[in-house]
Amino acid sequence: MKFGIVVNEGPYTHQASDSAYQFTRAALEKGHEIYRVFFYHDGVNNGTRLSVPPQDERNIQSNWTELAKQHKLDLVVCVAAAQRRGILDESEAKRAGKNADNIAPGFRISGLGQLIETGIESDRVVAFGD
Amino acid sequence: MSILHTVNKSPFEKSTFRSCLDHAKSGDAVLLIEDGVYAATKGTAAAKLIAARNGDLALYALAADLAARGISETSVIEGVSVVDYGGFVDLVAGHDVSQAWL
Repeated sequence: MKFGIVVNEGPYTHQASDSAYQFTRAALEKGHEIYRVFFYHDGVNNGTRLSVPPQDERNIQSNWTELAKQHKLDLVVCVAAAQRRGILDESEAKRAGKNADNIAPGFRISGLGQLIETGIESDRVVAFGD
Repeated sequence: MSILHTVNKSPFEKSTFRSCLDHAKSGDAVLLIEDGVYAATKGTAAAKLIAARNGDLALYALAADLAARGISETSVIEGVSVVDYGGFVDLVAGHDVSQAWL
């Protein structure tokens, strides 16, 4: 079955991203397909490569990156939510006149159309938030 | 059409659990995750809400979130089934729609 995952909260403050990650792993282990993981609202903060949590603590952002690498996941960050929160890729940084970008490997920035498409193309959509 | 409802907040903090029970139809399932698992503990006001729907809804609580909060399975209300993340996936697959009460 094709699953779409929506993550509406950032890492560490809420459990949403942890729950979504564990759910995604379990779905993959059961042989399901993850059509896309869409990060919306504060959820876009899961897509920065600049966070440096203590080494003995889970790294939520890099966990997503690793999972994406292993399973070729499509991790999409909402562009408008990302711009407000300073999550930029190279082209967005250039467009906004910023001197750096911070999108994590495995993530890409796109629009809400990708969320709609997730709803159309997935058999099930599961949302995680506050 | 059957719906899987997920509730992630304690019934003593937010009203989402009550709203969920008020909206859930016979044959739906409710999965308690994160702080929502507090609704699955015996002897609370929330337990009475669950008892009022007994047999009407399928109730589940996520094992990892119970364990993270020190709630042993013996403290869980009878009739609430404890599932792992794999069980969560099966519940989503087994219902037509998932509704997260955020």
